[in-house]
Amino acid sequence: MLAMNYRGPKRVRIDEKPMPEIKHPQDAIVRVTRSCICGSDLHLYNGNVPDTRVGSTFGHEFTGIVEEIGSEVTKLKVGDHVIVPFNISCGQCAFCKQELYGNCHEANPEATAVGAIFGYSHTAGGYNGGQAEYVRVPYANVGPTVIPEGMDPDDAVLLTDVVPTGYQAAEMAGIQKGDTVLIFGAGPIGIMAAKCSWLFGAGRVIVLDKEEYRLEFARNYADCEAYNFEEMDDPVLWAKKQTDWMGADVCIDAVGAEAAGNVMQTITGRKLLLQAGSATALHWAINSVKKGGIVSIVGVYGPTDNLVPIGNVLNKGLTIRANQASVKRLLPRLIEHVQNGVINPKGLITHRIPLEDVADGYRMFSEKLDNCIKTVLIPPSARM
Amino acid sequence: MENTPEKFKHIKGWGIDADPKNDPTYPMKRRTNEEHKGYSWERPTQQPINIEVLHSNERPNVTAVFGESVPPSGLSGMIRRFAFKYSENSYLHWLPLLVADRVNVVEGIVEDFAGGKVPNIFAEKGYMAEWKHNRTGLLTKMAVVAAITAAGVMLLVRKDDDDEY
Ligand SMILES: NC(=O)c1ccc[n+]([C@@H]2O[C@H](COP(=O)([O-])OP(=O)(O)OC[C@H]3O[C@@H](n4cnc5c(N)ncnc54)[C@H](O)[C@@H]3O)[C@@H](O)[C@H]2O)c1
Ligand SMILES: [Zn+2]
Ligand SMILES: [Zn+2]
Repeated sequence: MLAMNYRGPKRVRIDEKPMPEIKHPQDAIVRVTRSCICGSDLHLYNGNVPDTRVGSTFGHEFTGIVEEIGSEVTKLKVGDHVIVPFNISCGQCAFCKQELYGNCHEANPEATAVGAIFGYSHTAGGYNGGQAEYVRVPYANVGPTVIPEGMDPDDAVLLTDVVPTGYQAAEMAGIQKGDTVLIFGAGPIGIMAAKCSWLFGAGRVIVLDKEEYRLEFARNYADCEAYNFEEMDDPVLWAKKQTDWMGADVCIDAVGAEAAGNVMQTITGRKLLLQAGSATALHWAINSVKKGGIVSIVGVYGPTDNLVPIGNVLNKGLTIRANQASVKRLLPRLIEHVQNGVINPKGLITHRIPLEDVADGYRMFSEKLDNCIKTVLIPPSARM
Repeated sequence: MENTPEKFKHIKGWGIDADPKNDPTYPMKRRTNEEHKGYSWERPTQQPINIEVLHSNERPNVTAVFGESVPPSGLSGMIRRFAFKYSENSYLHWLPLLVADRVNVVEGIVEDFAGGKVPNIFAEKGYMAEWKHNRTGLLTKMAVVAAITAAGVMLLVRKDDDDEY
């Protein structure tokens, strides 16, 4: 089968790889119909996630048709077209039972701090991902959800990650009616967080980024304000002035380790890897929020340390809430939102390209070429 | 709470103000306090472990399922095995893994050549997309690299000349 093959930082290609096999009675084999490239994939692509082995296949956002099931699979049948949440979760451990499906304890041997994620290095369990024609899907009774009748597969594939993550970012922000929400990052996640902030009753939603085309996209898609932080002397001071010197009620970090905007952070975090990514956006979020406010982090950082003003978290009495999205927990509500037209996921897709062009797809998304927001890869069998 | 009163009997007032709603993660999890019972849940069937799986030493075992992609091998594999002797709390875990990743890149190139394949780095880096959508940027980048290389070569040549005297 065709599958993306990681060869080293910024080097990926499409290759013939062996077909996946059932390894566990709760496994399913899925034939991929759509898979996406995500901002999270850029951390791998740039070589910043420890234990990213050459020869791995990335891709944690995919839909597909069930081709084969293991002997203990009861909730799916061959031929079902499913949404596969990006987290792999057992449904039985203490954490899954608390609906922390992004924090399962029975799926990632390599790191206890990290849940298991498809195609996301051995630090996330060593699974091959969905940027391929076929994928092994463990715990098939737990995660995969049949795509509801009539739902566009382009909408469905964004329910595997982008929509739940944006929604959970807003949910964790504990937004109260009338709150001013300040979001760092106008990638798919930040844009979706902006959209979802309104669902919790936000009074004002502001997004910051440096890519003009993304700011423009955010304004149109999420009816929010959007500003270029490169045009500000100091984004934190700007935020204070915007909020009558109080600071935003809540801040959302939808950037993570690849953040720009501060030379020292960029050099130590992205070039020298002396910290687990550049923490510029998180730094700004902590300093821009009001006293007693909430900082919600969905931007991803590595497993070591980052330079953030923890003293200000203390002195301002902040609450920090963060997690990998618990996709399964949120799916029922979000499917409803999509079906009722409250959220239009496929509106984020700017590029649909053949799986075979995966290397160009990565470059385009990473370098923000051709006004790229979200790229969907389509395998040959789904193009017929 | 069942398992605690006995244990905390000696602490006057233990738990009298407990308020499950006062939970900064609420409502992100359905609190069951399951984890207070330790690693005691009924585990899923174990996936047969017939490849080498490195597991964090912060857990007693390999998880019930695991990914089977690229088991550790070669020099990078040796470095990874070393890294897994240390906990996720230690730099000696994460830094060697990053080193192993870089070593693995070289192993990948060797493997490509051994398999009779010359990696097309231009294509792997997606430069076709740059060529299409950012031609001037790509050309500038290439010109800069060429200039630096040329300067480097000139310096080396100069040095060689010096040596002759
Ligand atoms: N927690 C989760 O479950 C989860 C799921 C998916 C993605 N993520 C993470 O969310 C983050 C965003 O994902 P994405 O797909 O939108 O990525 P993306 O790379 O498309 O978007 C990030 C955006 O942030 C902008 N940016 C850079 N520095 C900034 C700064 N200092 N302030 C404001 N904006 C800045 C970039 O220009 C870019 O537009 C990534 O870190 C990704 O790993 C987390
Ligand atoms: Zn993703
Ligand atoms: Zn679990």
